[in-house]
Amino acid sequence: MDAFIDQFFNLDVMIKYLPDVIGGFWITLALALSVIATGLILGLLLACLRAFQWRVINLGIVLFVDLFRALPPLVLLIIGYFGLPYAGLALSGFTISWLCLSFVLAAFAEEIFWAGITSVQKGQWEASRSTGLSFGETLIYVVIPQALRMTIPPLTNRTIAITKNTALASVVAVQEMLTVAQTSLAYAANTSPLTLAAIGYLLVFFPLVILSRWVETRFAWKR
Amino acid sequence: MDWEVIRFSFFNLDSIAQVYPLLLKGWWMTIKLCVAVVPLGFALGAMIATVHSFKIRWVNWLLIALVDFFRSIPPLVLLIYTVYGLPLLGFDVPAFGAVLVAFTINSAAYYGEIVRAGIESIPAGQLEAARSTGLGRWQAMMHVVLPQAVRNVAPDLTSNTLELIKATSIASVVALPELLRMGRVAQGLVYNATPLIAVAVIYLLMLWPLVRLLSRLERRVLAAR
Amino acid sequence: MNRQQPIVDAQNIEKSFGDLKVLFGVDLQVAPQELVFIIGPSGSGKSTLLRCCNLLEQPTAGTIHIMGEEITAKGVDINQVRQRIGMVFQSFNLYPHMSALGNVALALRKVKKIPRTEAEALAHEALRRVGLSHKASSFPNELSGGQQQRVAIARAIAMEPEVILFDEPTSALDPELVGSVLEVMRELRASGMTMVVVSHEMRFAAEAADRVLFMDQGLIVEQGTPEQVFNNTQHDRTRSFLSRVSGN
Ligand SMILES: Nc1ncnc2c1ncn2[C@@H]1O[C@H](COP(=O)(O)OP(=O)(O)OP(=O)(O)O)[C@@H](O)[C@H]1O
Ligand SMILES: [Mg+2]
Repeated sequence: MDAFIDQFFNLDVMIKYLPDVIGGFWITLALALSVIATGLILGLLLACLRAFQWRVINLGIVLFVDLFRALPPLVLLIIGYFGLPYAGLALSGFTISWLCLSFVLAAFAEEIFWAGITSVQKGQWEASRSTGLSFGETLIYVVIPQALRMTIPPLTNRTIAITKNTALASVVAVQEMLTVAQTSLAYAANTSPLTLAAIGYLLVFFPLVILSRWVETRFAWKR
Repeated sequence: MDWEVIRFSFFNLDSIAQVYPLLLKGWWMTIKLCVAVVPLGFALGAMIATVHSFKIRWVNWLLIALVDFFRSIPPLVLLIYTVYGLPLLGFDVPAFGAVLVAFTINSAAYYGEIVRAGIESIPAGQLEAARSTGLGRWQAMMHVVLPQAVRNVAPDLTSNTLELIKATSIASVVALPELLRMGRVAQGLVYNATPLIAVAVIYLLMLWPLVRLLSRLERRVLAAR
Repeated sequence: MNRQQPIVDAQNIEKSFGDLKVLFGVDLQVAPQELVFIIGPSGSGKSTLLRCCNLLEQPTAGTIHIMGEEITAKGVDINQVRQRIGMVFQSFNLYPHMSALGNVALALRKVKKIPRTEAEALAHEALRRVGLSHKASSFPNELSGGQQQRVAIARAIAMEPEVILFDEPTSALDPELVGSVLEVMRELRASGMTMVVVSHEMRFAAEAADRVLFMDQGLIVEQGTPEQVFNNTQHDRTRSFLSRVSGN
């Protein structure tokens, strides 16, 4: 038991590396927030675009979604960071992580938003169009607000799951929390810095997970 | 952009010819990992959901706290814990075992939530009818409630399985020689990105059908509403 | 076996759901081969009383003996007890993922541990008794409501219980399907099965019941032969209930 505490909850080690881990924490947070913002907005835009049912664009959206749903985020990160330079395109690890994770979130969000849009009854469209609103106006003022409500629970869960992948940025040399923790772990030959990072992730994601539970009961799909 | 460079760096058939045995080995390891972790994670998740359905107040608090804890921790963090932490504690686990432990725990949290939703979708009368004939609570779950529950949440289960298979690529970070790891090794040998593209293509071949199936399932669920 | 020993002997049963008290000390004795009929207004606690008898609800107070064995005592294997008490539900509660035969055979196999082929033979026999041999391989969604309820009865009798509890077995059925279920219940009675029936089928009660119990607000207000309760009613509450039921 003592060995366990010494290995995972060593206070001296924790205090020593706390400032470093906090530095990483801010980077993790910045990355997470940019991914959430970019991913959700892009996803919503794509879903709206899809509502217009233009053949070619539709096909493009479906391909984009399928691609980013089928490929593991880490594969994308690695191709972006270690592969793109061969084509003369060397982006920072942060940029790559932000782009890749945003695309992944956008793909999932598009599917969810689109499902929400198609689930709004045809009568809603007809009623709105009959009062003279255009297709776009109907989408924005009538359909999306109804669709959003239904999409909130699955969207929250998915957003949490994808945003947790910011930890993967450690693989592409971003100095985020897990990177810092791992470096410290190697220096200290002790797992406690990793515990600090775990606590950091809990601080960010545990409230979100609790929120998702609340949201699930509050905005549950009507059956 | 120089197309010749692109072709050479990303679609280099010579490189593929050189490293495909490595990739195959990695692919096989990924398959083994998935075949082990999907049933384990599902079984543990179904067990959690079953215990949850017994409605013992303090047990449920504990279960939900645990599940939420593991939903808040990135799988990679968990992985590093089991892979580097367990040996430091004096447990002599092979890497594959440590990876298995991490993914089983992580995926069980998600499977558990899904199965729980499935169980809650089954009318109470089913359990009562089963119990009234003398079936025990595990038996009633096993033979009457779970089969129906699983069917009701099949799309979510499929989706979670897809995510789990994708997540196994994270094991490459801790040097488990699975597909992505072998892709990285191969990239180091041929000094171009073709092996990485090959890895992506292999993942696509494996998972795209699943993604298509899911799209269809999800649409059907929606249509039923 | 002592012929006088009641099959079911529930003494002073009380039941509360949180702050809501539903049963206020109910006694229920059921003699071998007796058909006891329970009537009463909605919410009077009829279902709760039945469900207490096989511990689907745990009584808050009181004791229940089945064939002289106290099932409310600590350490009783409830699953062993429940084999001896069949139950038929208003909403059938057939398992939708199993055929009629599978529904009937499941508990035979898993509780009585009877090997599959033998269990299925017994299940076939039970289905034959409810007149559904030809539907053995049908799934619940391929059966009419009346047929589903008869399968549910087969599921109960296959376990060879000492007593079967019926909770409004015909209330969810279209009128023209009620007859087939009552017919099965009549035959069960003729074969000597002990039964407790909650139902609003007053004509069936008058013809088939040995004893009628009227419950209101968690108490048994009045009981006796159908003749006594229906034609020689003692209590106002019973009278007003009966007039409401026959009124519509
Ligand atoms: N699980 C429960 N939790 C809380 N209250 C309950 C529960 N089950 C029953 N009750 C309450 O107990 C009371 C008696 O219910 P019960 O189902 O026994 O009535 P009933 O006589 O069978 O009525 P009905 O003819 O409508 O079936 C009702 O007020 C009901 O709301
Ligand atoms: Mg009732």
